Amino acid sequence: MAKLIYGIYEDEEVLMDAITSLKGQGVVCKDVQSPFPIHGIDKLLNVPRTRLSVTAFIYGITGTSLALLMTWYMMVSDWPINIGGKPNMLYYMNLPAFIPVTFELTVFCAAHGMVLTFLLRSKLLPGVSAPIPHPRITNDRFVLHVDIKDEGKINEVVSLIKASGASEVMLKSMQFA
Amino acid sequence: MIAFTAMIWGITCLSYTIGTGIGAWGANKTVGWAWDITNFVWWIGIGHAGTLISAILLLFRQRWRMSINRSAEAMTIFAVICAGLFPVFHTGRPWLDYWMFPIANQFGSLWVNFNSPLLWDVFAISTYFTVSLVFWYLGLLPDLATVRDRCVTPAKKFIYGLLAFGWKGTARDWHRFEEVSLVLAGLSTPLVLSVHTIVSFDFATSIVPGWHTTIFPPYFVAGAIFSGFAMVLTLMIVARKVLSLEQYITIQHIELMNKIIILTGSIVGVAYITEFFIAWYSGVQYEQYAFMNRMFGPYWWAYWSMMTCNVITPQLFWFKKLRTSVMATFIISIFVNIGMWFERFVIIVTSLHRDFLPSSWVMYSPTYIEVGIFVGTIGLFFTCFLIFARVFPVIALAELKSILKKTGNQYLKK
Repeated sequence: MAKLIYGIYEDEEVLMDAITSLKGQGVVCKDVQSPFPIHGIDKLLNVPRTRLSVTAFIYGITGTSLALLMTWYMMVSDWPINIGGKPNMLYYMNLPAFIPVTFELTVFCAAHGMVLTFLLRSKLLPGVSAPIPHPRITNDRFVLHVDIKDEGKINEVVSLIKASGASEVMLKSMQFA
Repeated sequence: MIAFTAMIWGITCLSYTIGTGIGAWGANKTVGWAWDITNFVWWIGIGHAGTLISAILLLFRQRWRMSINRSAEAMTIFAVICAGLFPVFHTGRPWLDYWMFPIANQFGSLWVNFNSPLLWDVFAISTYFTVSLVFWYLGLLPDLATVRDRCVTPAKKFIYGLLAFGWKGTARDWHRFEEVSLVLAGLSTPLVLSVHTIVSFDFATSIVPGWHTTIFPPYFVAGAIFSGFAMVLTLMIVARKVLSLEQYITIQHIELMNKIIILTGSIVGVAYITEFFIAWYSGVQYEQYAFMNRMFGPYWWAYWSMMTCNVITPQLFWFKKLRTSVMATFIISIFVNIGMWFERFVIIVTSLHRDFLPSSWVMYSPTYIEVGIFVGTIGLFFTCFLIFARVFPVIALAELKSILKKTGNQYLKK
């Protein structure tokens, strides 16, 4: 049965060195919880590059198309009106006047689409309870999640984590003094 | 408390306007846009500094922005709320404002006019407001989680837990979070420039002398950043004193912001002179008259207050002693705020009150209802800001932690 060990560190540089050495000793470092983004940790943990910027582009394109379609339908196709001597007969002639709205809708769709995707992808919604193994990880502690396949090795791994500079080691809620 | 009283007064005046109609305002047929649109443009401009600080300075990797970006973004949101009130109520029948959105209405499929800059404004302001709100809240998530985990009472823990959306701070979350922040900054940068450009189009695409100029978009954007930074400084200096944040918002921050004020203030100054020169150089007598009227006409006092506050006062920041003095900065920032308000007043009222037809020339003066609404928005702004400062982290904790460590190490090595 797979188990999760939490190694709690007080400094992110100690943590980074610990991950490198633990990986060398064959320990599976699954994830890290930290109060602020640690640069360079993505590579150590093999976090794949996020595709959120791609989704933003797709949402943006959707916004552009929507706006172009909307302005064409409303102003040219459905009900063309001559307002102040400026007729709405041919779409390409009126296009410059539709650029601001098109731009705004592009930004609107890209920004909100991307943020919503991020929230759903990272399961961040009001009412979601956060798995916080240690009350100080959003303040000044760093938690390393270590996966263990073989339960017999728990004590060995725990001592490895302690040796790497962890101030505390926890197994689920059980604490190893 | 003062802010709250001002807000109540504003609400009273606003209710009176709704009940009675726009006739309660001093605006008339000739000067159809007056106090309200002046305030709208002024507030929107103030909002721009927040986005500038959070987005553009993020893209330029200016680390010093981190201790001020949170409150500047909050300021943006509250300023845009205040700004939005004016056009919403200027329509006269605000309960019909949904007509501004492109929805099929009950009078047949007549649509909104996408050729009109006023409609562009509807899209620009609503996009700007919602995107700024999302940007601000996204940045708040990790800090709300910090607050949640530090709370002791279950009620507070529950509320902040709800607000923090279950933020857990895993490496993957942070990775995505940083990507989203960067892309949002990239999107907000052209957005903030577009918003004030579109606001200036409200004027520049008309044929009114004094409005019909191509310099308006860059000049409005520079003016917006100028007034926005002044407002950030005004608030910041008060906040750092009251919340004792002197160690986070340092004299260096104030000096850097003052430098931006010199830059944008000079751009604005050059724009005023350029406008004036072009009016003369164009040979169009209406343009020439509009500018002479601004300087020496019945509203000369507004023009010269604008010139003094916006062009002369910020130049004082060339002196390092004034630039690094908290009191001098506070006073000058208030002058700039006043000056930028007058700029909008000059552009709007003096251009409109005497246009092509001398028979329709009039004077405009605000009624106490209009003044009340303006005072009310100031009250609303400060009430919101103070509530924010009370319940939310005013400084971006997570971001600051990531730089404090590094700068701390530098100092240790020295």
